[in-house]
Amino acid sequence: MTALLEVQDLKVAYGKIEAVKGISFSVEAGQVVTLIGTNGAGKTTTLRTLSGLLKPSGGRILFDGKPLNGTPAHKIVALGLAHSPEGRHIFPRLSITENLQLGAFLRKDVEGIQKDIQRAYELFPILGERRKQAAGTLSGGEQQMLAMGRALMSQPKLLMLDEPSMGLSPIMMQKIMATIAELKAQGTTILLVEQNAQAALSLADQGHVMEVGKIVVSGTGSDLLTDESVRKAYLGED
Amino acid sequence: MNTLPQQLANGLLLGSMYGLIAIGYTMVYGIVQLINFAHGEIFMTGGFGALSVYLILPDSINIWVALPLMLIGGGLVAVLIAVGAERFAYRPLRGAPRLAPLITAIGLSLALQEAIRNFYPQADKPRVFPELGEGSYEIGSITFKNADLFLIVAAVVCMTGLAFFVRRSRTGRAMQATAQDPDTAQLMGIDTNRIIVIAFAIGGFFAAVASVAYGAKYGHVEYRMGFLMGLKAFTAAVLGGIGNIYGAMVGGLVLGIAEVTASAYIDGIPGMGEFGGSSWANVWAFCLLILVLLVRPQGLLGERVADRA
Repeated sequence: MTALLEVQDLKVAYGKIEAVKGISFSVEAGQVVTLIGTNGAGKTTTLRTLSGLLKPSGGRILFDGKPLNGTPAHKIVALGLAHSPEGRHIFPRLSITENLQLGAFLRKDVEGIQKDIQRAYELFPILGERRKQAAGTLSGGEQQMLAMGRALMSQPKLLMLDEPSMGLSPIMMQKIMATIAELKAQGTTILLVEQNAQAALSLADQGHVMEVGKIVVSGTGSDLLTDESVRKAYLGED
Repeated sequence: MNTLPQQLANGLLLGSMYGLIAIGYTMVYGIVQLINFAHGEIFMTGGFGALSVYLILPDSINIWVALPLMLIGGGLVAVLIAVGAERFAYRPLRGAPRLAPLITAIGLSLALQEAIRNFYPQADKPRVFPELGEGSYEIGSITFKNADLFLIVAAVVCMTGLAFFVRRSRTGRAMQATAQDPDTAQLMGIDTNRIIVIAFAIGGFFAAVASVAYGAKYGHVEYRMGFLMGLKAFTAAVLGGIGNIYGAMVGGLVLGIAEVTASAYIDGIPGMGEFGGSSWANVWAFCLLILVLLVRPQGLLGERVADRA
């Protein structure tokens, strides 16, 4: 059986500077896979390339058996790959409901969309209470919930979350991580980029550690959690 | 006799024309942060397109039958030029420094002017444009002609139609999303290139409508007419808050009314005797712009830049 997402020797460059220098990994349906590493390791670049916002300079991406070579971002969503970007990027002057509706932009099933919006409100009750409010007025954590809810509205086969806990209070961070665990339990396939390595690895089936554009260590989440070098470098232990 | 109602009506009419043209500046800026300085010339070509249609039609035709055909013809010309400019001049420069598309726009506007002057028959001088009949109406102390009636109806229909389109339609929603965050809009599955083309097309069509109104109101079209009208409409867009379509409408009306009333009444202020009349109209229009920008740099309905995510 082939994996849902297969990344082979992916390279991405900004002009002459190579940010991702040939990485390979895969995500099986139903798995949670995490990329961890310091700032500038190339994690966000990797996700932006997978969703089509950046063009790879080399390598191959296979999603659901189809190659994504230079496919524009708006067509990649249609294939079932949703991306909740770093920094949340909700549409600030549109309401919460409108943001969620935009997440379902390519769907035509009006009733199904309505149902999924209700489900997003169940997952994040605060969004339901404020549904008519402009998204820009929400707190950082609420915006993160909205960004995740919006990404789910496309009914993705693979959900990519970029730094969902960034800049959040510890309580809000816990909430977001609990939600990701809940999505995992429901069978959602997730590719997670996270600076909170401890939390990410505890959730993940597979983890990859990135350093300056390369994957340096790979393993199951629990293996990496106990790996001494990983503990030293990313989990803040001496 | 009290001339104020008539002057206000004149200002409203002129302002409607500015507002219609300003839409093209503001929508394009709102989505791609580009000032399309060739938009004044797109306005101008719309008038010539409409004139061509009129000249092809038989002389005996009723002007109210001809008018919709002229709008379609002029609109088609302006939309094709606007969309062509986006596709072949601006899109290849999308990642380039801001100055490059700006210079391209200036070059394009000169090219369009010269193309009309040299290749449109007898366009080196103003060409007579059909006025929409002799009809003249009075409401109280206000007198207006068919051309004025057409302008006001066209402006109201276009503006409400646009507001409805942007707020209610799926494409309008996609347009708002693209204006607020183009990368993320793509992640929603929105083809942002298509949205940009639509913005240019709407701007071009509205400019053509304004151009037909201009021709009918003043009785002529001219290859140079886009320069000052474009500049004024751009002023209206900035005055109202560039990027905001309601701002373009409001800015247009404020500018039109201010310009007309200033040229009519400012010489009544002691010591200002020599500054009245239409020759000073442009001075007052730009003075108003400077004043508003000093107090509200973001324009009347604009948002503070800090509010943008």
